[in-house]
Amino acid sequence: MTWLLDFWRSSIGGKVTMAITGVLLFGFVVVHLLGNLKLLGGPDSINGYAKWLSDLGALLWVARIGLLAVFVLHVATAVRLARANKQARPVAYAKQGTVVATFASRSMVLSGLTLLVFVVYHLLHFTFGVTNPEHYARKGLNAGGHDVHAMVTSSFSVPAIAIAYVAFQLVLFLHLSHGIQSFMQTLGLNHARYTPLVKTLSWLFAALVAGGNATLALSVVTGIVRVAP
Amino acid sequence: MKLDARIPPGPIQDKWDTRRFELKLVNPANKRKYKVLVVGSGLAGASAAASLAELGYQVECFCFQDSPRRAHSIAAQGGINAAKNYRNDGDSVWRLFYDTVKGGDFRAREANVYRLAQLSANIIDQAVAQGVPFAREYGGLLDNRSFGGAQVSRTFYARGQTGQQLLLGAYASLSRQIGLRTVKMFALTEMLDLVVVDGHARGIVVRDLVTGEVRGHAGDAVVLATGGYGPVFYLSTNAKGCNVTATWRAYKRGAGFANPCYTQIHPTCIPVSGDHQSKLTLMSESLRNDGRVWVPKRAGDKRKAFDIPDVERDYYLERKYPSFGNLAPRDIASRAAMQVCDEGRGIGDTGLGVFLDFRDAIARLGKAAIAARYGNLFHMYSKITAEDPYSQPMRIFPAVHYTMGGLWVDYDLQTTIPGLFVLGEANFSDHGANRLGASALMQGLADGYFVIPYTIGGYLAGQKPSAVGPDHAEFKKVAAEVAALTKRLLSVNGKRTVDDFHKELGKIMWGKCGMARNQAGLEQALREIPALREEFWRDVKVVGSDATLNQSLERAGRVADFLEFGELLCRDALERRESCGGHFREEWQDDGEARRDDDRFCHVAVWEHAGPGARPVRHVEPLEFENVHLAVRSYK
Amino acid sequence: MKVTLHIWRQSKASTKSASTEEDWRQDGRIVRYELDEISPAMSFLEMLDELNEQLTRKGEEPVAFDHDCREGICGACGVVINGVPHGPERGTTTCQLHMRSFKDGAQIWIEPWRAAAFPVVRDLVVDRSAFDRVVQAGAFVSVNTGAAQDANAILVPKADADRAFDAATCIGCGACVAACKNASAMLFVGAKVSHFLNLPQGRPEREQRAQSLVAAMDREGFGNCTNQYECEAVCPKEIPVRVIAEMNREFVRSKVRQEPASGKLLGGHG
Ligand SMILES: Cc1cc2nc3c(=O)[nH]c(=O)nc-3n(C[C@H](O)[C@H](O)[C@H](O)COP(=O)(O)OP(=O)(O)OC[C@H]3O[C@@H](n4cnc5c(N)ncnc54)[C@H](O)[C@@H]3O)c2cc1C
Ligand code: HEM
Ligand code: HEM
Ligand code: SF4
Ligand code: F3S
Ligand code: FES
Repeated sequence: MTWLLDFWRSSIGGKVTMAITGVLLFGFVVVHLLGNLKLLGGPDSINGYAKWLSDLGALLWVARIGLLAVFVLHVATAVRLARANKQARPVAYAKQGTVVATFASRSMVLSGLTLLVFVVYHLLHFTFGVTNPEHYARKGLNAGGHDVHAMVTSSFSVPAIAIAYVAFQLVLFLHLSHGIQSFMQTLGLNHARYTPLVKTLSWLFAALVAGGNATLALSVVTGIVRVAP
Repeated sequence: MKLDARIPPGPIQDKWDTRRFELKLVNPANKRKYKVLVVGSGLAGASAAASLAELGYQVECFCFQDSPRRAHSIAAQGGINAAKNYRNDGDSVWRLFYDTVKGGDFRAREANVYRLAQLSANIIDQAVAQGVPFAREYGGLLDNRSFGGAQVSRTFYARGQTGQQLLLGAYASLSRQIGLRTVKMFALTEMLDLVVVDGHARGIVVRDLVTGEVRGHAGDAVVLATGGYGPVFYLSTNAKGCNVTATWRAYKRGAGFANPCYTQIHPTCIPVSGDHQSKLTLMSESLRNDGRVWVPKRAGDKRKAFDIPDVERDYYLERKYPSFGNLAPRDIASRAAMQVCDEGRGIGDTGLGVFLDFRDAIARLGKAAIAARYGNLFHMYSKITAEDPYSQPMRIFPAVHYTMGGLWVDYDLQTTIPGLFVLGEANFSDHGANRLGASALMQGLADGYFVIPYTIGGYLAGQKPSAVGPDHAEFKKVAAEVAALTKRLLSVNGKRTVDDFHKELGKIMWGKCGMARNQAGLEQALREIPALREEFWRDVKVVGSDATLNQSLERAGRVADFLEFGELLCRDALERRESCGGHFREEWQDDGEARRDDDRFCHVAVWEHAGPGARPVRHVEPLEFENVHLAVRSYK
Repeated sequence: MKVTLHIWRQSKASTKSASTEEDWRQDGRIVRYELDEISPAMSFLEMLDELNEQLTRKGEEPVAFDHDCREGICGACGVVINGVPHGPERGTTTCQLHMRSFKDGAQIWIEPWRAAAFPVVRDLVVDRSAFDRVVQAGAFVSVNTGAAQDANAILVPKADADRAFDAATCIGCGACVAACKNASAMLFVGAKVSHFLNLPQGRPEREQRAQSLVAAMDREGFGNCTNQYECEAVCPKEIPVRVIAEMNREFVRSKVRQEPASGKLLGGHG
């Protein structure tokens, strides 16, 4: 146990923790997106998926707890490293200069924290039904648990909510565009030939994930996905 | 002053074995009772400090830079010689010995040079074991290149950064001992005097360059590895910090100074561009493996290099020295360059320069191959000149580079002061009147890794661990003198800056005691230098205090010593009425070739300090050549 | 040409145990100087020499800055020029920078390396002994003088020797730390790991080395790498961030292989 703690406390241990948790979070977002895409497949499709999920029962809870742990670790480590990095440069340069560092790489903490805000809101919105109980409470025509399709579509039909979601996806894009290639480097995967490719793919994947999410919201706004009556 | 070189008897091949057997040993348990002070962390100092600590001695090591890794050895570019004969091209210990004695124009001590050649092979082994990334061939074996004054390929190299890689190797070994607490490292600490008690070197007085504190360090023996004094000429290829202070102050405490006038002028440096210039940059001799040196045949031909057809080019080294061609030794190549410039055939706006042309090599081997060999040198060149050496020839000119002279040492590297040893460029030992390329790194490391660990033991075995501590009266006295000198520099408060004086001294030295020297000029220099020194102490301006980091104060102290030492250098040049190696007296030449006078000057000149103001006394150590027979040195 | 300089002047040393920003700044401040008749052929340091000559004549204290070899190899020089360590040219040390890289009438901001591990000694001079202490922790091969076998006894593939060299070429200037937003020393330390990792002579101690170097680096108070690659961009020897990836791998590898009970390291001698 102290072994793990020492590892986590060391500079590289901390980075590797960021990377591994980052990969897992990335994985979740991808899977989550694939699931949510069923929205385009109509009510039965997405609701079936939701039902399948909740039928997993215990297993789902294991996954949720695991996810929560990963998320907390990711954030905690991020905060720890950010603090240490601040202390490592007590006096700032009077004249700042940057040669190659991307905006995304320099604002990881900020984009991350924004994501934190989003996730909290998002959970209150869809998982706990606090922000819009009326959508959450919607029962579907077809019997069964609460109607995810109806909940989501009626939510995104509210312009403010849709806009908020799309805006958050930009932040997610920013975070991942650096994050994906960053975890490759952190995990020691750097090669003269492949690294440039990895950097391009990093942007591509980030765009796909964030874009996919945004599309869902927009598809409702634009009426491609019809709001459940 | 009695000069006993203490060369062991017997055939030259056995001398070193003989001596190592004669030398008394210090029993391992007692080693830790002895403390050795090593001044300098270059190749010589770092290797000595590390090796002595490994043996079990207590070691304190000093350098003026902020890290031992920055010692000037770091700048060495081209390579290091070793008689490995990996090329099977006829090299041998004997040939390296022969080349070095001949290269030194028969003014070096045979026994020392032979030992150097013997040890050369161990150095490469040691460096490789430390993880020095020497250049390799695809088969995984070590690669070699050729250097001046040799017809075999015996130079090991690491791109154009051989000195850096070797020093980092020695620095790593030193760091390991520092980590093990067997060496105490004092960086940013300058030795300003030597403490002699009852005729033995007992310690040094240093100044902490950050706090200004002046304090003594006591030990059982003192090792100086403080490098060369090239900057006495102001402009040189040496680092700005290189100085004569440590050795000069030891000289004033009774150590003999040998052959101060032997200075090496390196043929391939980037020409001066203006009087703002603070240093000159070497373009490694290794470039002459593939570069061809030439000037236009017609005087005053100012056409662009590539506009001048081959028939109108004079590849003068290949013409004058067909068997060595562009790889003629440094003194010869430098003088040849000087000659063509005197004939008005020099190139560039100043007319003080010759071409070093890679056109043919690039055509033969391709740009990539040349880049792989000399990439960082070409990069360095284009940074400084804003010219691209791939597409147009380099402009080069000779510049002060190395000082063969130094404190006199016997076969054991001990000076005329018992307990004071000198290693590396700081001593005079192995290069005679001219040093061959790639042999200084070899000497510094041989001295530090493989000579001093034995010879210092021989000395310490005969001594009780010293009772003298830094609170001894003599330390107090010397420290007070040092502090007073520092105060004095600050108190003059005149009008001229330290650099101002340094530049003027440099002009005198280069003009009258540079590549070519003559009686009239030297006598004039001997009048001008004392006058300048006198003015320095009247009119120098050093701002700031001695209680903080004060870089002009550091420089002031060094320039003050140069102003005294420069005079001795010129006097030595005046007294040596012959030409040999780097010392070229216009009165003794056969159209540009040095003419030695073996009957009157086949000896080492050793100067003894006779007190302030008094004329130093010139002693001689005769040189015998039993193995390499005195001959006119020819590379034709 | 004419230039306006904005130089950090600080006469009292920053205290390494500093807690507040004031302990770091001390009496430090940016001071403005005008310089005329600067030749484009001058090196950047020669330009500063010229300034110091003028200040000295006026009886003002000259600007302290580190330098020695003035040809880009000793690693002594180094200042932050307009926010970029070693200035605008790639693969160049401050001493190799020439005034022709600046426009006539340029405004030039000159500051010391900024890092908790590099306290300012005076003006533009910082204390980089942290690097030496990291090296002392294990950036070496444990071989005593005289213990070596013949240099050609172990073959080293050219590719490996070249990779090792690419890392070993580090001059220890500290620009990587100065450039990194987190004042991280990972390029410097990674270079040491990579140098020895790529040579057979260095491999027996690889586990020991990876752990002791990282521990020493952390002790000195350098920041953590967040893969921003500024270090690589300003490194005068253009050392690639590949070495950081190699170090990350080595560190994890040594941790994973560490024996639980004794904490003893396989291969190493710790
Ligand atoms: C540009 C250049 C290229 C060269 N290339 C080659 C080459 O290719 N091959 C080759 O064989 N040789 C070469 N040489 C020569 C060779 O590099 C030097 O002769 C050799 O490195 C000297 O090593 P050293 O240990 O004697 O002294 P240095 O490396 O100069 O070390 C001197 C040490 O003494 C310390 N010191 C000095 N004075 C004091 C003091 N007063 N108090 C405290 N410490 C002090 C310094 O801090 C430093 O640590 C080259 C030289 C130059 C200038
Ligand atoms: C437009 C895009 C998105 C839609 C339509 C969406 C939809 C949903 C829905 C309907 C739920 C509730 C599932 C349920 O409780 O039955 C949910 C849960 C969740 N979402 Fe999203 N989501 C989107 C984007 C995101 C993003 C970008 C993240 C992460 C950054 C995220 C993280 C989560 C988390 C952590 C949960 C809780 C998981 C759980 O309860 O097991 N979602 N999402
Ligand atoms: C679902 C949401 C998130 C995803 C998918 C995600 C993903 C990632 C990934 C892939 C990385 C790269 C790891 C590495 O650099 O090696 C990363 C790094 C990081 N993340 Fe997150 N993250 C998320 C949420 C957060 C949150 C909430 C924070 C809050 C502070 C945060 C802060 C950081 C920081 C500071 C880094 C380190 C940056 C770096 O090392 O370059 N992230 N994240
Ligand atoms: S890695 Fe590059 S920037 Fe960092 S210290 Fe070494 S040479 Fe300087
Ligand atoms: S700039 Fe800093 S963040 Fe990492 S890649 Fe270089 S150390
Ligand atoms: S002064 Fe040596 S690297 Fe710049």
